[in-house]
Amino acid sequence: MIYLLLILFLGGGLAWASERWNPQAPRWVALAVVSFALLYLVVAVARLPVEQFSLLPAASQPDTWLAHTRFDWMPRFGIHFELAMDGLSLTLVALTLLLGLIALSASWSEIDQRTGFFQANLLWSLTGVVGVFMALDLFLFFVFYEVMLVPMYLLIAIWGHEARSYASMKFFIFTQASGLLMLVSIVVLAYQHALQTGSFSFSYFDLLDNRLDPALAFWVMLGFFLAFTVKLPGFPFHTWLPDAHTQAPTAGSVLLAGILLKTGAYGLLRFAIPLFPDAAAEFAPVAMALGAAGIIYGAVLAFAQSDFKRLVAYSSVSHMGFVLLGLYAWNSLAVQGAIVQMVAHGLSTAALFMIAGSLQQRMHTRDMSRMGGLWLNAPRMGACALFFTMASLGLPGLGNFVAEFLVLLGLFQVAPRMAVIAAVGLVTGAVYSLIMLQRSFQGPGDLERTVPDYGRRELATMLLMVALLIWLGVNPQPLLELTQPAVDSLLPGAAP
Amino acid sequence: MTDLLWLIPALPLASATLLIFGSQWWGPRSVAALGVGSVAAAGVCVLLTILSWQGAPLQQTLWTWIAVGELSAGVSFYIDGLTLVMLSVITGVGFLIHLYSAEFMSGDASYARYFAYLNLFVTAMLTLVMADNLLLLFLGWEGVGACSYLLVGFWHFDAANGAAARKAFVVTRVGDAAMALGLFLLFREFGTLDIQALGSAATAQWEVGDPTAVLATALLLGGAVGKSAQLPLHTWLPDAMAGPTPVSALIHAATMVTAGVYLIARTHELFLLAPPTLAAVAIIGLLTLLLAAFTALCQNDIKRILAWSTISQIGYMFLGLGVGAWSASIFHLMTHAFFKALLFLAAGAIIHCLHHEHDIRKMGGLRSRLPLVFLSFLIGAAALSALPLTSGFFSKDLIVLAAFEAPGIGPWLWAGAVLGAFLTALYSFRLVFVVFFGRADTLPDRQPGPAMAMPLSVLCVFSLAGGWLGIPVASVFPTAAEAHPALWVEAVSIGLPLLGVAMAYVLFLGRQWDASGLVESAPGQTLFRFWHAGWRVDGLYDWLWVKPFVGLTVLLKSEPVDRLYGAVVALCQFCHQQLSRSQSGRLRQYATVMAAGVIVLLGVVWRAAGG
Repeated sequence: MIYLLLILFLGGGLAWASERWNPQAPRWVALAVVSFALLYLVVAVARLPVEQFSLLPAASQPDTWLAHTRFDWMPRFGIHFELAMDGLSLTLVALTLLLGLIALSASWSEIDQRTGFFQANLLWSLTGVVGVFMALDLFLFFVFYEVMLVPMYLLIAIWGHEARSYASMKFFIFTQASGLLMLVSIVVLAYQHALQTGSFSFSYFDLLDNRLDPALAFWVMLGFFLAFTVKLPGFPFHTWLPDAHTQAPTAGSVLLAGILLKTGAYGLLRFAIPLFPDAAAEFAPVAMALGAAGIIYGAVLAFAQSDFKRLVAYSSVSHMGFVLLGLYAWNSLAVQGAIVQMVAHGLSTAALFMIAGSLQQRMHTRDMSRMGGLWLNAPRMGACALFFTMASLGLPGLGNFVAEFLVLLGLFQVAPRMAVIAAVGLVTGAVYSLIMLQRSFQGPGDLERTVPDYGRRELATMLLMVALLIWLGVNPQPLLELTQPAVDSLLPGAAP
Repeated sequence: MTDLLWLIPALPLASATLLIFGSQWWGPRSVAALGVGSVAAAGVCVLLTILSWQGAPLQQTLWTWIAVGELSAGVSFYIDGLTLVMLSVITGVGFLIHLYSAEFMSGDASYARYFAYLNLFVTAMLTLVMADNLLLLFLGWEGVGACSYLLVGFWHFDAANGAAARKAFVVTRVGDAAMALGLFLLFREFGTLDIQALGSAATAQWEVGDPTAVLATALLLGGAVGKSAQLPLHTWLPDAMAGPTPVSALIHAATMVTAGVYLIARTHELFLLAPPTLAAVAIIGLLTLLLAAFTALCQNDIKRILAWSTISQIGYMFLGLGVGAWSASIFHLMTHAFFKALLFLAAGAIIHCLHHEHDIRKMGGLRSRLPLVFLSFLIGAAALSALPLTSGFFSKDLIVLAAFEAPGIGPWLWAGAVLGAFLTALYSFRLVFVVFFGRADTLPDRQPGPAMAMPLSVLCVFSLAGGWLGIPVASVFPTAAEAHPALWVEAVSIGLPLLGVAMAYVLFLGRQWDASGLVESAPGQTLFRFWHAGWRVDGLYDWLWVKPFVGLTVLLKSEPVDRLYGAVVALCQFCHQQLSRSQSGRLRQYATVMAAGVIVLLGVVWRAAGG
């Protein structure tokens, strides 16, 4: 696992350095690096015995995980370099690398200045995200959490669109401030551990056994919750997202929507709930209310937008509401639904951002009032937009439906009223998705306009995502079985 | 044949896939061959299944779709008599309409896209009726909705078509959301979504009239009224006529809109446990059939008349379901598929041959100029009006008589239903007389070719003789007592449609009685406009839902939540300004502040020292 991180991290440096040699080189280097990392992951996973995948990853037995590494780092404070991977981590790491490839494809012809530094930031950001999904030492987790932030800030601040400095600053301050709350929480946890056992520890497994005073547990839990909900983003901490998404270069949006948001969901699932089962159970109604509010609020605001990218950004807020609901419903169905949502939303939204990016590149605008009838000029692009719109509104047979259905099904068992409110999101989702399609690709067209249709590279990227979403929609069972042991091992902690 | 059941939906799906990904390689002939041939092949599979059918339900599981916790839903099929009826209608009528489309759509720039969507629709519809669990049924259910959206908005360069398509999708989605909640509730109660298992578990666990049963069936009913365009979610169907006419025939007359009827029939064991919901089904059906019949009378667009008439006829099916005449409803579903498809295809032929003219006031005298179309339309209208011995007569009669026998409100239901039958005959023959008789205003520039004539002829035969077809649903539904109402009831039920035809003759052809004075009087005009606008339900919804939603979006567009963070920023900037102002460089000011600071500090120390 540590090699995976090294490949990406050193690859970033290499990509930067290769720019001196040839401005085209960084792309190819980055492509090679991410492909190699993906290949490495596949080979490593393929070598594991099949039984390993059905074991419950237990805290005390490292060999029940798919992979586990631990070195001493700062032993005085009980800080280790501890990485581990279960089905959940594996899924998200694979998604990260895959979307890394897709982001590369998206930026292939879009970025032509300082390509070396761009690709380096892209790869370093990926390093951080992969680290986040594997770190089981909370200090290490925090380090990776910050590592993915800085390159993303640079991506927006340097290669973004017209209001990039405002957007990148907003993004940075939101995530940084909330990350600080998490750091405080982590330190309190380690300190409590020291009070109870006499030694510091930042290890996830040690901290799981902490017995906290309920009042303290609530505040510490809140620190984690805020950090991850800002990242997710959950209503009402979402306002950084539309700006960041709209201003980021396409590759940035793809990474941001596809995987950076998922680190928030992952954090909630891995840390914020299991570390404080009772406090989280007590807090669940609030979290679910925020999730439901996010679904409706995001959908209403998405409908109001005239900027294609901003609309997709608000649709993310709406979709992430389902994740929040699923996680805090905290049963097998809903949590599995939330996980599928992470993957499906990662793909469908990344694709929509790519379409937005291609439109911006070709038409130099994101304003939908200047679009309309684009199907006439670019039918392939139109067909892709149609497909991903349908995916995003939750058409059965595609991945997002499986996710939303499982979330709502699980949610209904514990909080029927919330499920009813969230089900309104099914209708509002259709409203904003279809109006987006109408304003951009349908309606009266203009043959005079030159909007080149998708070429091979873009079409291949799109078809890859189409295939994955269909596969996820008609046969999600392999994914569900991969993540089931991880979910089972997390779940018995609490049942709100 | 059991092992090959999967072929039935797979064939059209394969064709749709080929058409989508290979559109640039196929010429129009291959496109038509693929599109029509795949449905024909699926129809052959259905036929083979029927021939080899022993009477016991067939089952096939392809793979496990979603299995988490208690939930386990497979891609599994369940074929019984009810499914076979639906399969025959979908592939049979579907094949004829595909064939008809091959000519009707010829020359369209998006020929391949059209057949791809149409094949995709057939796939989804077949999945809907073959599903053995409600989750897979829901997949087909939403799938047909999406295909309906795509086909209504097929000519999407016209923004009005796009609006109609979105309306159809969103309004039915409201029903779908209710249905999804029904699924969640059923799953919570029984831990399964398997239809047969649900039926037996519910019968064992619920008393008749159990509140949960009423709630669950009411939610399913929500889905059914959305898809089947019944009150209060019927408003999308008239607008959906923006799609190509064969689409209206297939989706918005013969198959998709009857999915709600199928759903209720499929889950009848649940509905039998919830008498209040069943009563609601009957009353919704009755109100819808009357409202739609009055509206149909006041329309001038040939397709809209047929659309309102579809809403009205599905109202009859709901009425039948509500009074427990299950097989009669399914029977009417089948005959309606024949004669309404026939009417739509005939209307399509008129539109096709008359330069896309939709307004019946501009038609006339087409009897001799389009003889086949005239014959088709006449047979279709006769069957729609339930004139004796046509197919519609048998099925509608069964429903009307069963309504009379219903305990309590039965006679009222019957009275409404026969009034509806009278109106049906009136508007159907108004259409026949206005379009095919009288003065010829617009002349056809072509005749329907063989690919259009053949489906018309076949459907003519079925619309006439379809009443003698037996449907194998006896083993699916509980046996209802044979209805034996008094002779006068029977006589009125048969007689009123005939009276309607006579009235249409007097009003619109012979003109022995001129009603224009009545219509043009002030109250007449008000009533006419009210009915013409579909009882102003659209306006009501616009005022109730659309305007508030749009208002809300305008209100929230500036992102009020961000103001909160904006305030934090403003506060920081304010403090920053105030503090930077203190760095003025004036020595006197610094000295004053320093002195003040020292005094304060001394005060603090003094107090701390215990002074």
